[in-house]
Amino acid sequence: MSVPLEAYLALSALLFVLGTTGVLVRRNALVVFMSIELMLNAVNLTFVAFARQRLAIEGQLAVFFVVVVAAVEVVVGLAILIAIFRTRDTVDIDDVDLLRG
Amino acid sequence: MVLEVIVALPLAGWLINGLAGGRLPRGVVGAIGCGTVGAACAASVMAAGDPAVAGGGLTATLFTWLSAGEFTVSAGLFMDRLSALMALVVTGVGFLIHVYSIGYMADDPAYARYFAYLNLFVASMLLLVLGGNLLVLFVGWELVGLCSYLLIGFWFDRERAASSGRKAFIVNRIGDAGFLLGILLLATTAGNLQFDRLAAASGGMAPGLLTAATLLLFAGATGKSAQLPLYVWLPDAMEGPTPVSALIHAATMVTAGVYMIARLHPLFLHAGYTLSVVAAVGAVTAFFAATVALVEWDLKRVLAYSTISQLGYMFLAMGVVMMPAGMFHLTTHAFFKALLFLAAGSVMHAMRGVVDMRRLGGLAGPMRWTAAGFAVGGLALAGVPPFAGFFSKDLILEGAFEWAQRGGAMLVWIAGLATAFVTAVYVTRAMMLTFAGPAADPGHPHEAPAVMGLPMAVLAALSFGGGLLGARVAGEPLLRYLEPFFVDSAIGVLKDRPMPAAGVITALPVAVSLAGILAGFALYRDRREVTLGALGRFLSHQWYIETLYDAVIVTPAKRLAHLLADVVETRGIDGAVNGVGALVGRAGLAVRGLQTGFVRNYAAAILAGTILMLGYWLFR
Amino acid sequence: MVVEVIIFVFAALGALAGGLGVVASRLPVRNALSLLLVLGSLAVTYLLLAAQFIAVLQVIVYAGAIVVLFLFVVMLLHRQLGAMSPDRLRWQGPVAIGLSAAFLILMLLTLRFATNAAAPAPAEFGTVESVGRALFTSFALPFEVASVILLVGIIAAVVIGRPASRPVAAPPRSSAPSPVGAPRR
Repeated sequence: MSVPLEAYLALSALLFVLGTTGVLVRRNALVVFMSIELMLNAVNLTFVAFARQRLAIEGQLAVFFVVVVAAVEVVVGLAILIAIFRTRDTVDIDDVDLLRG
Repeated sequence: MVLEVIVALPLAGWLINGLAGGRLPRGVVGAIGCGTVGAACAASVMAAGDPAVAGGGLTATLFTWLSAGEFTVSAGLFMDRLSALMALVVTGVGFLIHVYSIGYMADDPAYARYFAYLNLFVASMLLLVLGGNLLVLFVGWELVGLCSYLLIGFWFDRERAASSGRKAFIVNRIGDAGFLLGILLLATTAGNLQFDRLAAASGGMAPGLLTAATLLLFAGATGKSAQLPLYVWLPDAMEGPTPVSALIHAATMVTAGVYMIARLHPLFLHAGYTLSVVAAVGAVTAFFAATVALVEWDLKRVLAYSTISQLGYMFLAMGVVMMPAGMFHLTTHAFFKALLFLAAGSVMHAMRGVVDMRRLGGLAGPMRWTAAGFAVGGLALAGVPPFAGFFSKDLILEGAFEWAQRGGAMLVWIAGLATAFVTAVYVTRAMMLTFAGPAADPGHPHEAPAVMGLPMAVLAALSFGGGLLGARVAGEPLLRYLEPFFVDSAIGVLKDRPMPAAGVITALPVAVSLAGILAGFALYRDRREVTLGALGRFLSHQWYIETLYDAVIVTPAKRLAHLLADVVETRGIDGAVNGVGALVGRAGLAVRGLQTGFVRNYAAAILAGTILMLGYWLFR
Repeated sequence: MVVEVIIFVFAALGALAGGLGVVASRLPVRNALSLLLVLGSLAVTYLLLAAQFIAVLQVIVYAGAIVVLFLFVVMLLHRQLGAMSPDRLRWQGPVAIGLSAAFLILMLLTLRFATNAAAPAPAEFGTVESVGRALFTSFALPFEVASVILLVGIIAAVVIGRPASRPVAAPPRSSAPSPVGAPRR
C-alpha cells in the first residue's frame, strides 16, 4: 500500500490551519512571518502532491517560484520588521496600528 | 475655381485683420477689408459671366462632407442665375459699405476687429448664397447669425448693445431650430440635400411631409428675416454700428430667408398651404412694421421697422408666386435701404451719435448731400416713379392682385396697398423731422467725408436707376435673366403677361404713395409731435407684441429659471449631492470602527471571507 | 511499500509537531527551530512524492537560507522579543481558533479518499534534469521574471534596512541622532 493523495492533502490542510492560527493569534511579528512560511509550505505540499498524482512537472515548477517569492518576501518583510523595530522599538504588530479608522 | 476664390477672399481678409489687424496701420486694415470684398465682387462678376452660370450652373465640389449609406453630402459651392444675383448684391453693396466704414469707423479703437467681423460676415453670406446644398447653406446661415451677433454687440461695453446681441442670437435660435428640423425632415424623406435633386424629388414627396418641412424652413426664415412672430430682434439690432445695420440688417443677411425660399421654390410650390402662409405672414408683417415705423422716434429704428416691412413685401411676393418680383425687390431694397442707413449714419456721424428725431432737424442746410441721398432713398422706398422701389413694389402688388384673381385672398393685396400708403407717410415724417425745419439740437453738423459720400452717391444712383433692371420699358432685364431659373417650376407669371387688366391696378400704388407723402408732409410740415391718441400708444408699443412675449414667454421662463435655480438647484440637486455626501460620511462614521488598524483583525476578516467562499462552493 | 507509509507517518508527525512549535512556543529561537523541523519533514515528503529537486531546494533555500535569516533577526532583536504589552484584542484568540477550526473542517470535507492510486512515476520525473528542462524551455520567461523579483527584493531590503536619517513617525525613545553624512532619503 502506498500513501494516498488525500493523506498529503490532509497534512497540508492541518499545517495551513496551524499557520492561520499563528497569524491570527500571535502578536510577535517574527512569529507571524514564520506562520506565513508555514502556510506557504502547506500549499507547496499540495502542489507537489498533485504533481505526483498527475505526473505533471508544472506543479513542482510552481513550488520553485513559490520558494523564490517566499525568499524575497522574507527578506523584505524582515527588513521592514527591523525598520519598524528601529523607529518604534517594538515587534508587537498590535502596536503598529496607524491605519486605525 | 473662381467660386472658391469668391468665398476665400473675404475669409482671408478676416484672417489677416483678425489675427494681425491690431498691429497694422489703419490704412492697411481698411485697404485689406475693402480690397478683399472688392476683389470678391470682381470675381463674382467674372463668375457670373461664365456661360455655365446661365446654363445648368457652375459647381465646385470641395470634398465629401458626410457619407452615411445612401446619404451623402458634399461640401460644395454652386452658382446659377439666382446665386449670381445674390453674390453680386452681397459683394457690390458690401464693398460700398466697407468703403463707407473707413470713414464712419475712423475713430473707433477696435477698427481692425470691426473689419475682421465685417469680412467674416461677407464670407459667410457668400457661403450662404453659393452653398451647393442645404447643409452648406445652413452653415452660412448660422455663420451670418454669428456675425450679426458679434456686430450688434460690437460695442459690447454698452449694456444695451450686449443684450441686443444676445436677443438677436436667441430669437434667431428659435427660428433656426425649425430650420434645422426642416433640413433633417427633407434629408430623411428626400434622402438628399442637393438643391437640384431636392427640386426633382419634391414632386414625389408626400404633401403633408413637404408642407411640414417647408413650414419649418419658413420658421427659420421668419427668424433670420425678422418676420412675425420673430421680428423682435431687428429693431434692437440697431445698437450696432450703422454700416452694419446697412449691410447686415437691411441689405443682405435679413434677405437670406427670401433667398432660401427662392432657392427652394419647387418645394414650396408643391407644398400645399405653405405659400399661402408665407403670403399672409409677409402681408401682416409689412403692414404691422410700417405702422410701428410711423410713431418711432429713433431714426435707425424707423429704418429697421421699414426693413421688416419691406421684407414682408418680399415674402408676400414669394407667397403670391411672384418670385422674380421678390428677388427684384430684394435687389432694389438692398440699394435704397443701404442708402437710407448710410445717410442716417452720416447724420449720426455729424451729430455725434444722436438718432432721436426729436433732437434732430434742419440738417438739410449743412448736410446737403446727405439730405439728397436720404431723399432719393426715401422716394425709392415710398415707391415714387421712376425710383427703383416703385418698379419692384409695383410688380409685387400686381402679382398680389393677380393671385387674388386666381383664388387668393384679396386682403393680401389690400394690405400691400395700405402698407404702401403708411410707408410713404413714415418716410416723409422721417425726412421732415430730420432734415427740415429749424435745428433742434445745437451743434455743428458737417457734411460726411468723401470716403463716406462716394458710396452713398453710388447707392443713390442705383436707387434712382436700379428700377430699370425690372422696368417694362427697359425690357425687364433682371426678370428675364431670372426667368429660366423660375420657369421650370411652371410659374409662368412673367411669360405672356398681359398688360394689367385695368390701368388702375398700376396707378393705384403710385396714387397711394403720393397721397402718403402729401399726408406726411401735411402732418409734419411744422414738426408737430403727432401722437395719434390711443392708436399712437398702441403703435408705439409695437401692437403690444413684445409686451405679450414678455408676459407669455419671457417672464414665465425667468420665473421657471428662478424656480430651477433657487429651489430645484439648491434644494433638489444640491440637496441630493450633499445628501449623498452626508450619507456616505455618516456611513463611514458608522463603520469606521471596523477599521481597527490591527493587522490580525484584517487577517481574521480575510479568513472569514475565505471560509464563506469555500462553504458556498461546498454546499451550494 | 509499507516503508513508504512509515516514513510518511513519521514525516507528517514531525511536520505537525514543528508547526505546533512555530505557533505555540514563546521563545523565538524555538519558533525558528520548529520551523526548521517542519521544512525538513516536508523535504522528506517531497522525496516520497518523487520531487527530488524540490526537496533539495527546500533544504538549501528554506532551511539553509530563510531559517538562518530568521535566526539572525532573532539575535538582532533579542532583548525585545520576549516582552510584550498586555493583549488588547481579547476576542481575537477565541475567534481565531473558531475560524481556523471551521476552515479546517471545510477543507477536510473536500477530501474524497477515493482517488485511484497514482501511476508509478518515471525514473526521471522530478529530477534536476527534468525540472531544469521545463524551467529553461516553456518557463523561461517566468524564470527570468523571478530573477528580477529577487533583485528587486535585494534592493528593497537594502533601502529599507538603511538607518533612517530622519525617523518618519518618531516616538520619543528612538530619536537617536543620525550619523553625519548619512544618506538622506
